Amino acid sequence: MVHPAVFYTLAGFMVVGALGVVAARVPVYAVLGLVLTLFAMSALFVCLGAFFLAAVQVLVYAGAVMVLFLFVVMLLDLAPETLLRARSRTLTAAGILLGLLFLWQAARVTIAFTLPPARAVSEVSGTTAAVGRELFTTYALPFELASVLLLVGIIGAIVLAKKKL
Amino acid sequence: MITLGHLLALSGILFAIGLVGVVTRRNVLLILLSLEILLASSNLAFVAFSRARGDLSGQIMVFFVLVVAAAEVTVGLAIAVLLARQTGKLNADEMRDLKW
Repeated sequence: MVHPAVFYTLAGFMVVGALGVVAARVPVYAVLGLVLTLFAMSALFVCLGAFFLAAVQVLVYAGAVMVLFLFVVMLLDLAPETLLRARSRTLTAAGILLGLLFLWQAARVTIAFTLPPARAVSEVSGTTAAVGRELFTTYALPFELASVLLLVGIIGAIVLAKKKL
Repeated sequence: MITLGHLLALSGILFAIGLVGVVTRRNVLLILLSLEILLASSNLAFVAFSRARGDLSGQIMVFFVLVVAAAEVTVGLAIAVLLARQTGKLNADEMRDLKW
């Protein structure tokens, strides 16, 4: 099981990174905040026994996707967000209110909902072998459909971004 | 002792932060980034349930969420680049029509 000190350290990193994304004025700092969050989350995945997902999260998410984001941010050379001061304050207040409302409702639902009594659960270990076996037997069709989705994404991005085909 | 409740609370807090980001940020790129926080926080909830129930299905679901997120980011960023090229800015408030 996860040691409390490890959990709270990683949780702190995640929350700080997420707050950085939401609050940073400069887009590059926002991207770096998300990288911090995703790295801490993959460390937590290792503690929870999801080894394959931790590796994929670092490689695909914190690696490829975030580099793509950084490229676009630097390519577009965005000025820091400018908003009317009054409007920005109303928007922030409304956003925080919405976030608190969501947390309140989620907590109510979670507390009201009781998990079925904990049977003697066998430790799951999300190693590459175990996840791969499951992926290519039970979830073979969704796996193939996911590859089609990625192909659609690639073609869509090329068609959109290219000036003239 | 870290229980399922702790992990779900962390996931909920991250989701709430991402939600605030989606609502308050006006830059399209930063809205996309905040969406990534939403997806990542739901991934954490999936892994937490997968561990609590001793079932690998939750982790498989996270794998598919990652695939969908990657596809979403490529198309979303392509649209953002296109918008920046056409209009010169990325402010969501100024995008009232999808035609140009």
